[in-house]
Amino acid sequence: MAKGYKYFEAVEKHAGKLGILTAIMVSIGGLAEITPLFVEAHAITAVEGVAPYDPLRLAGKDIYVREGCYTCHTQMIRALRAETQRYGHYSISSESVYDRPHQWGSKRTGPDLARVGGKYSDEWQRLHLMDPRAVVQASNMPAYPWLADEQLDAADISARMRALQRLGDPYTAADIAAAPTALEGKTALDALVAYLQGLGVSPATEAAP
Amino acid sequence: MPNTETYNDQIVRLFLLAAAVWGVAGMAIGVFVAAQLAWPALNFDTSWLTFSRLRPNHTFGVIFAFGGSALMGTCYYVVQRTGHTRLALPGLATFTFWGWQLVCVLAMATMPFGITQSKEYAEPEWFIDILIAAVWVSFGAVFFATLARRRIKHIYVANWYYGAFIIAVALLHIVNNIVIPVSLTKSYPVYSGTVDAMVQWWYGHNAVAFFLTAGFLGMMYYFVPRQAQQPLWSYRFSIVNFWALISVYMWAGSHHLLYTALPDWVQSVGMAFSILLLMPSWGSAANGLFTFNGAWQRVASDPAAKFMVLALVFYAAATTEGSLMAVKTVNSLSHYTDWTVAHVHSGAIGWVAMITIGSLYAMAPRALGRPAMHSKRSMELHFWMHTAGLILYVAAMWTAGVTEGLMWRATDANGALIHPFIDSLIAIRPFYLIRFLGGLLIVGGMIVMAWNLWHTAADARARLIKPIPVPIPEPEPLQMPAPVPARA
Repeated sequence: MAKGYKYFEAVEKHAGKLGILTAIMVSIGGLAEITPLFVEAHAITAVEGVAPYDPLRLAGKDIYVREGCYTCHTQMIRALRAETQRYGHYSISSESVYDRPHQWGSKRTGPDLARVGGKYSDEWQRLHLMDPRAVVQASNMPAYPWLADEQLDAADISARMRALQRLGDPYTAADIAAAPTALEGKTALDALVAYLQGLGVSPATEAAP
Repeated sequence: MPNTETYNDQIVRLFLLAAAVWGVAGMAIGVFVAAQLAWPALNFDTSWLTFSRLRPNHTFGVIFAFGGSALMGTCYYVVQRTGHTRLALPGLATFTFWGWQLVCVLAMATMPFGITQSKEYAEPEWFIDILIAAVWVSFGAVFFATLARRRIKHIYVANWYYGAFIIAVALLHIVNNIVIPVSLTKSYPVYSGTVDAMVQWWYGHNAVAFFLTAGFLGMMYYFVPRQAQQPLWSYRFSIVNFWALISVYMWAGSHHLLYTALPDWVQSVGMAFSILLLMPSWGSAANGLFTFNGAWQRVASDPAAKFMVLALVFYAAATTEGSLMAVKTVNSLSHYTDWTVAHVHSGAIGWVAMITIGSLYAMAPRALGRPAMHSKRSMELHFWMHTAGLILYVAAMWTAGVTEGLMWRATDANGALIHPFIDSLIAIRPFYLIRFLGGLLIVGGMIVMAWNLWHTAADARARLIKPIPVPIPEPEPLQMPAPVPARA
């Protein structure tokens, strides 16, 4: 046996020490990578030109999350020439600060959606969600016809905005109070289309004359 | 005093049954969603049958329901055998079984109805996450309490991997799932945007590292020497690889986010550590394979050993591929394409499923009080169906992925993109069909295994099996120094 073995023996014959050492070893990597980002994120939360989602788009984003669109669509244009040529300017960190959870995705069975806003008309988006092959013949996207029949829950949106407010998103009391009326008479399809049409469109440029 | 202590194999049998059932179910859902990618009308315009809602059911079903049940069952089997002791805390152990099955049923029954966090590989909502945490902590308590009462002083290396798997998964699960609930069915994560992406892939990558690698390496380090009927090739090497694997893996998660809005330094660190990962990955694979040195004739006659050997080959291959894909230059082509799908499935169907199937075939007769599996020929059939399905699947998806990657970046002489996006989908359609056929073969093989296990369990169902007594070892000073390195 090597000379250092007695030190190692102390580990491999004691379950407690082994467990504690294991826990330390597995914690280091995550701490080193996540802590700086976490600290930094709290410093840059308020970004010029990026506002939290308005009630209808928030409802739409939650439908995007619920339906699991991330399984086939990314919202992350990488800093590569072929990507910026196809989808527009590469995505930057501040654009997704209000995305809980993030929707960067990992697989493109369909195209990236980070800047899809305004690329097609509202009508095209509706038709496409109801029956993708009516507008893109070779598409393998499933149809989502139930969205058109689903009325949005106006009471629920205030609770959602309050939860986001608690997490630090800058909604005002007036924003939350006005939210239910913004959803009146709207369907899930309306909300999802509003969300998609806002993707990559900066509210600052939108508000400008 | 006569020895009356017996091994608790009842809990092992329950997990064995659950693994067989979830294996067939999880993979069958996978084949169904694969068919939907080829024929999109197969959602029948029904929300809960739609690809985007069902795909998490496939991943959760195979990773956590099938893999989780197999891991917990083999873990309870191995910790008893290597410690020469009966499982501690029997009530809590039973809770871990029923609790885990409840978790799986709840998750599979809620996700298709839109009750989901949509965090990849951590989709179940907050109330299921709390139950997962409770079951997991109980699992850890049973495991470490059993270690504490072991009669063999030296803790065999398989338990190290199982221990790291339990500790790390608890840490990952809790940190990744910190949310604020809005209602029973909806919550928002405390992390957003870039931080959420980093936490998510720290979790996602290390779920692969500790759930799909460390746990299954625990299985490998016990069942491979058992099936080769000789000691591990190098015990010391297995320990070096253990510390390297658990410390290096945790750094590599950011290679899922290369060229994104994640800060560059984190991307570079992730890439560097991914290259380092080659060492412990190859180390474990080599250690397992060399353990068959001098016993290779067993591989010809024993289908369980066949599964194990091919599992180790695919472990080496998939981890090599993974480290290469973490290199920025390669990743710029492979990321977002079906190459990633090929990679995870060569790891999942090749490494994880095959080491599990091999271990189940090795463990089931012993846990069920039989000399051997009911039908050896159907084990052979399963092996060849699984292997053929795996090769069809991986070859098809690899070709599809490279095709997509090349088409997305192809430019003409003027520097303009040549292909609209839809062209790449049209080009890979035939490969989606081949992948579906490969999946069918794999599910078919799992059904053969379930049938075989059912017949092997005939005595157990009739309650004809006797519990196996725990061998009480000699007092400590007389103990042989446990597992001796076998190198002559």
